Amino acid sequence: MTARRGGTFRMFALLFGFAFLYLPIALLVVYSFNFSRLVTVWGGFSTRWYAALLDNDKYRDAALTSFEIAVMAATIALVVGTCAGFAMNRFGRFRGRLLFGFMLMAPLVVPEVILGLSLLLLFVAAQGFIGWPASRGIVTVTIAHATFTSCFVAVLVRAQLAGFDRALEEAALDLGARPLTVLWRITLPGISPALVSGWLLAFTLSLDDLVVASFVSGPSATTLPMAVYSSVRIGVTPEINALATVFLGIVFMMVALAGWLMARQERRRRAAAT
Amino acid sequence: MTGIGRGLRRVLIGLPFLWLGIFFLLPLGIVAAISFAESADAIPPFKLIWTLANYCTLAQGCLRVYVSSLGLAALATLLCLLIGYPVAFAIARAPGVWRQLLLFLVMLPFWTSFLIRVYAWIAILQPSGLVNRLLLALGLVEAPLPLLYNGFSVTLGLVYSYLPFMILPLYGSLSRLDESLVEAAADLGAPPRRVFSKIILPLSLPGVAAGCLLVFIPAVGEFVIPDLLGGPGTLMIGKMLWQEFFDNVDWPAAAAIAMVLVALLTLPLLIAQRFLERENAL
Repeated sequence: MTARRGGTFRMFALLFGFAFLYLPIALLVVYSFNFSRLVTVWGGFSTRWYAALLDNDKYRDAALTSFEIAVMAATIALVVGTCAGFAMNRFGRFRGRLLFGFMLMAPLVVPEVILGLSLLLLFVAAQGFIGWPASRGIVTVTIAHATFTSCFVAVLVRAQLAGFDRALEEAALDLGARPLTVLWRITLPGISPALVSGWLLAFTLSLDDLVVASFVSGPSATTLPMAVYSSVRIGVTPEINALATVFLGIVFMMVALAGWLMARQERRRRAAAT
Repeated sequence: MTGIGRGLRRVLIGLPFLWLGIFFLLPLGIVAAISFAESADAIPPFKLIWTLANYCTLAQGCLRVYVSSLGLAALATLLCLLIGYPVAFAIARAPGVWRQLLLFLVMLPFWTSFLIRVYAWIAILQPSGLVNRLLLALGLVEAPLPLLYNGFSVTLGLVYSYLPFMILPLYGSLSRLDESLVEAAADLGAPPRRVFSKIILPLSLPGVAAGCLLVFIPAVGEFVIPDLLGGPGTLMIGKMLWQEFFDNVDWPAAAAIAMVLVALLTLPLLIAQRFLERENAL
């Protein structure tokens, strides 16, 4: 009897929790197909806001800028974050490890306004002292995004390394492979799910960032969240709903692809193990 | 050390150390320096002198904002815990296949636009929004309730946005909980409530701490949520910093606001590092 009551409670908790998380998103998608300009009154099915979106150069240019930044930032973050993940997992003690761990953890939680402001002041100071960066734009936003997203990559890589079987590496070393070869041929392929999901996570975090980009960008580069934010401040428009739906669609596809890749990897590993 | 040579070790530690040192730690030092500067009509808009004026202004006029930010963040953290704990518990007890799917669903909103998820609430909460129209249609209220641009909408936005950060570490510690302890207590006749308070809750406390810190620390300095869902009565530090920087172009004042925020968050950050190291959460 108690077990059943517990089951009902857990079911209710799940339903409530997920309804809370997903209803606002679902409503957003539904109302993107609304004919009416009012976002709260249903005026019949229509795709007119998607057409309006296609005609809007502002969003298209901003999306391209964001995409460019996100690809570069995620790639840098993958390199830096993977190194950091290895350092945390493989080297138990080294000088400055506490500081190292702090610098990896803090950007995950520190409010974005602090990251944005501090990086902007760095770029301004660097411009004054060494003349670089001459102007702020795509490059500065990329560096800023790579910095905080690399910490997310490090978390994923570190977690995957923790579950990685070292016997394979040792066997390769015993058979005379050089350390770099082992890293390249054994370890990195072994943790590839973390590398894929790390890159994708860094990519979406960069694509999604408003606050840091607003601080460190210049007039030459407007990212998609910055363009969306300037519209949203003025008021709610169905065009934003359409944009959000397109964005959600792309993200869901990417996540599904990543999930599929990881599942395939897992299947192969299991097949190889048996 | 197996598998990795000495030079490789230098690169693996040195590269992230250097990158984060230059682009995370050094900038904080520059913020500290500029927080003692004076705002000036120049490019960049400040003059480097040593003055405490920014901090004095802050102490006189803005304590209220810090208190309200800490209060709203604490309230949101508590609500996240109350909503997130049962969800995490239910996921940890779900059968294997379901567990992965449910976890995935918790993480999915994290992959979608934060800005857009906050924006979605405007249409729901506004006077002509869905909640008010539903309440009016059911005859529960006479006039639309003021649900938007106040403490309620900001708290709701914070809870909604940060809930996944609470659920994941809670799930982490609940799923590692030794089931035999729970069964033993139940077999020995402990009622479910007692099993929870004496066994499940104490063993999941590291997860509770990790989740609370992951919600509380970023929520204190949140900008998007108070900006889109807040009103004149719900100024938060993040928004105040933004206004000083972008609207008043007073960089030293913004830097001082940031420094006080960093000082407030240093202790929670150090605790968070300890818990996240041990839990390997996230």
